[in-house]
Amino acid sequence: MAVQIQVDEKAFQIDTTKKVVLDGIELKIEEGDFLTIIGPSGCGKSTLLKIIAGLDTEYRGSIEINGRNVTKPAISQGFVFQEHRLFPWMTVEKNIAADLNLKDPTVRKKVDEMIEIVRLKGYEKAYPSEISGGMSQRVAIARALIRDPEVLLLDEPFGALDAFTRKHLQDVLIDIWQKKKITMVLVTHDIDESISLGTDIAILRSNPGQLQKLIHVELAYPRNRTNPSFQYIRQQVLQEFEKTDTVGYKDGEGI
Amino acid sequence: MKVDSLQIPYSKADTPTKKQKGKLPLWLKGLVLPVIVIAIWQTVSGLGYVSETVLPSPLLIVQSFIELVLSGEIFEHLKISILRALGGFLLGAGIGLALGLIVGFSKPSEIYVDPTMQMLRTIPSLAVTPLFILWFGFDELSKILLIAFASFFPIYINTFNGIRSVDAKLFDVARVLEFSKRKQLTCLIFPAALSHILLGIRLSLGTAWLSLVVAELMGSSSGVGYMIMDARQFSQTEKVFVGIIIFGIVGKLTDSFVKVLEKRLLKWRNSFEGVH
Repeated sequence: MAVQIQVDEKAFQIDTTKKVVLDGIELKIEEGDFLTIIGPSGCGKSTLLKIIAGLDTEYRGSIEINGRNVTKPAISQGFVFQEHRLFPWMTVEKNIAADLNLKDPTVRKKVDEMIEIVRLKGYEKAYPSEISGGMSQRVAIARALIRDPEVLLLDEPFGALDAFTRKHLQDVLIDIWQKKKITMVLVTHDIDESISLGTDIAILRSNPGQLQKLIHVELAYPRNRTNPSFQYIRQQVLQEFEKTDTVGYKDGEGI
Repeated sequence: MKVDSLQIPYSKADTPTKKQKGKLPLWLKGLVLPVIVIAIWQTVSGLGYVSETVLPSPLLIVQSFIELVLSGEIFEHLKISILRALGGFLLGAGIGLALGLIVGFSKPSEIYVDPTMQMLRTIPSLAVTPLFILWFGFDELSKILLIAFASFFPIYINTFNGIRSVDAKLFDVARVLEFSKRKQLTCLIFPAALSHILLGIRLSLGTAWLSLVVAELMGSSSGVGYMIMDARQFSQTEKVFVGIIIFGIVGKLTDSFVKVLEKRLLKWRNSFEGVH
């Protein structure tokens, strides 16, 4: 078992009211699987990812990665944020290395390899302000990957990108996942993205955030979006979404 | 098909340069205003509209400057002034930078130290000058401490503000990448606050130079400030002007040095540079 998620309750205090965001979520991700988490806005999917990463520890429950209890952030839980969050004063290669010494031949070799994998050759010396959003996001992925995480967590990493760049980065990500055989968890609000990438799709409903359905996707990569099987899964996800909508926003409620 | 444009190798040579043919270089543009002022001044003095004792002509000032250079007097005074300013600046700015880093980094330090610093900051250097003379006399120490006192605050405040304006989201990245406290300081806080720190250094250098004048005017037997006071007693107005101009030139040179440093260290910045 790579990742075992057990979130009994996660609540926020809003003014004097306690707002339960996640309630009774139990998920098991096998080693090397690619789980995509999808759900309506405010269902707590990003909060769930932060809990898995150890960035949020104020909840009832437990997270285990390869039998180890997660209590704080660590490089073994690689995290890619919604915005690239690169260090603006560092070049592409230095951002990937970050606190590692680039002069060390082992680090240098790994950085070069990462640059090759995320297809950024020729941009090593560029600053984040000199490259596009998509390229910056690839640097962020490389920065997480170079530390050989046991699991890579991605919080809507392509959300702010245009359709062409997003498709390109999805291909890059699948390529990395297949080469590195790394367990990945990706949060998204894009149904097609969740089906294109995931071996499993976790659909969350909101108010409070609960697991609505876990769908296993048995389609070969790269996945053709016009394929009838793809469309069938899409239909399934949409149906579940309709149910989450009714549950999530009953009586005009919503987070 | 892949997005081929993303594979084009990056080259700084591709970016358009700001230099354009047939235009005045930037440093020359900065000289336009002083040259105009000097030309008008020389004309007014040459025509005898103003007394030489009140406002000597630029030519007379240049003549006096040459005499001071040839006799070597100016270099003696300048060397002493620079050493005083540098000593005071290094002491004040060094402590200011260290304390700014500590107080900026740690909340308890801010609670205990910052209110006192903010109170001390509002005290003008001129107000503490008599106290410094009482405590340390007219010796070098009182001058250096006065300069240090004045140059401490700009760098302290700017370092503190620089650290507190570091994007909090980057601290999440530091946590995810498991940065140690030392790495947090060297890889995140210091570079992120560097633009503020450099601004603090610029302001501190300026203040150190200003305080030097106060320190040398309050009583000394050497330095550019002393030279000015001495010349005033003998009504050598052109020599007073030489001293003032020297203060201005050295002040501008030190400021330009920090600006060059800023340009080198902050080349990653992509901020508005003003319209042309």
